[in-house]
Amino acid sequence: MDEPIVKTIGLKKYFRAGKSGLLNRIFRQEPPLVKAVDNVSIEVQSGEVLGLVGESGCGKTTLGRLISTLETPTDGEIFFTGQKVTRGNWKAIRRQLQMVFQNPYESLDPRQSIKSIVTEPLLKLGFSKAEREAQFEKVMSAVGLDQNFAQRRPKDLSGGQRQRVAVARSIVSTPKFIVLDEPTSALDASVQSQVLNLLVGLRNDFNFSYIVITHNIAVARFISDRIATMYAGQVVELGPTDMVLKDPKHPYTQALLKSVPTLEIKRVEPPHGEVPSLINLPSGCRFHTRCPYVMEKCKTQDPEMRKVGDVNVACWLY
Amino acid sequence: MEVSDPDAIVNVEGLSITYRTVYGNLQALNTVDLKIKRGESVAIVGESGSGKSTLGLAIVKLLAPNAYYTKGRLLLDGRDITKLSNRQVSLLRGSTAFMIFQDPLNTLNPVKRVDVQMLEAIRSRLKQKGETFNEEAAYQEAIDKLKDVRMPDADSIIRRYPHQLSGGQIQRVVIAMGLLMKPKLMIADEPTSALDVTVQAQVLDLMRELQQEFHMSIIFITHDINVAHSISDRMVVMYAGEVSEASPADVLVKKALHPYSQALIASIPTTSKKEGQLNAIAGSPPDMISPPKGCRFHPRCPFVMDICSRESPRTVTKDESDVRCYLYG
Repeated sequence: MDEPIVKTIGLKKYFRAGKSGLLNRIFRQEPPLVKAVDNVSIEVQSGEVLGLVGESGCGKTTLGRLISTLETPTDGEIFFTGQKVTRGNWKAIRRQLQMVFQNPYESLDPRQSIKSIVTEPLLKLGFSKAEREAQFEKVMSAVGLDQNFAQRRPKDLSGGQRQRVAVARSIVSTPKFIVLDEPTSALDASVQSQVLNLLVGLRNDFNFSYIVITHNIAVARFISDRIATMYAGQVVELGPTDMVLKDPKHPYTQALLKSVPTLEIKRVEPPHGEVPSLINLPSGCRFHTRCPYVMEKCKTQDPEMRKVGDVNVACWLY
Repeated sequence: MEVSDPDAIVNVEGLSITYRTVYGNLQALNTVDLKIKRGESVAIVGESGSGKSTLGLAIVKLLAPNAYYTKGRLLLDGRDITKLSNRQVSLLRGSTAFMIFQDPLNTLNPVKRVDVQMLEAIRSRLKQKGETFNEEAAYQEAIDKLKDVRMPDADSIIRRYPHQLSGGQIQRVVIAMGLLMKPKLMIADEPTSALDVTVQAQVLDLMRELQQEFHMSIIFITHDINVAHSISDRMVVMYAGEVSEASPADVLVKKALHPYSQALIASIPTTSKKEGQLNAIAGSPPDMISPPKGCRFHPRCPFVMDICSRESPRTVTKDESDVRCYLYG
């Protein structure tokens, strides 16, 4: 098999909660740590789409930002096409990476024209004017926008059109890898499907890999080849989309799927309790406080990822 | 105004509402008819800008100052609120109709403890009824209501400030405050959109139970058809300020009549990309300052006919559904 596009090994990101004030310094108190991402090892193969699902605060956005080098990891390693990401080479690596953000109403500069928004990455990469023009025309038609949008501003565009512009900007430099953070959650239902169809179509034309971060399981089901479920900073289940969604192994994935009402299932069965605070994490398995199958072992020992069939799952049941 | 139908808690007849803006008059609602029976749960679904929130706010007369009731009437518990003064309506708010807003974090006062805010609700209910306030009894009632909304450790939660609670807990406090007023109708405007799926499921479960326990009517405003179907007995689909279709929830998701409802249901992703493209609705929602002539959905409709662009269709009843479309006569 080829080298994976992105590979992380034991990736960790801890944030300090609150500022360290004078009194804390005098008494040498360390501020509490928020363990946003804790020991995550994932791989994305070339041409693959990975869906990252979980509730807010589970660390999925931080993981996306770590992979796109917007955050420096506290510990652990990231490999991009087999090359280790370090402080020295992230500039070179960023040229092959792009990110699309959640809210197209905020992620586009309101004072720039659409053309300069879309072609800005190329300027940085030293493309000539003619090359920029050609590339602009190519991506605008790829995302289904008319050329005469070029001189308009974001305020003239609808939400769906803006998100198309954001996607156009991300593919204009022909990156190998894109991180999409909740690309459709700010959009209306009828527009969401347009953008999802577009994302699938573009992957086939431009051949890049991407991670889609979403809390919407229906979106993840449609778009991804593999799904990773995150809970409290850790990946608890990782496997091919249809396997994870048809026969979820981890009790958290099961609970998550039962919480989503669909046209077939009217009655939802939510798990009890709340997501734990990332500062005072429960000992052992982080889900044990809400898990219906909790055992003694779960309260003290943290389960490792292990292979069950084609799926990787971190749970003592297996 | 005499009571036209004693079974209905809300009776909207031909209601039109216009917002006056600097860009022109924006007709947010156009001849809307809606009847909600006592104890019934109705979901209003639609995309942003379809007028669903305006309709919810109009029922309790909480519209922005630039909004005008231009046509029709709106009976809340038998009284036409378009004709009542703000003072009279404020007596109906809370005890007759209670409203829950989208973002729970902005609903409570951040500098007051939960108990202070809940006692305030009880005090205003007693004032409306002209009864006297007893602090101890009121405190006990507040704790009981928090237990009714399945809040664990109600005794300690009630002494906290809103920032010490999670989103799901705050939404429960807000619902408990609503129940304190003993309302006949609860209007919930996207109450779960700011919450996570597991918390959303908890809140939906709770609202269904409370509706049966207290025999309350619910108007649930949402853009999510799955959620709407799970909470409601009847669903109302709105597009560009008009009611396109109103049907029993199970009928609507199985056999939607209006092309817009059909397209909306078909666009819910249920498959994987390997099974082909999603059904998207071409185009985007119309500009409400100059909406399309005739049926407002006609520029995006796959079944468009000549008449659709000329005249606005009337609402017709077919089987159990009310639908506003020329396909059905």
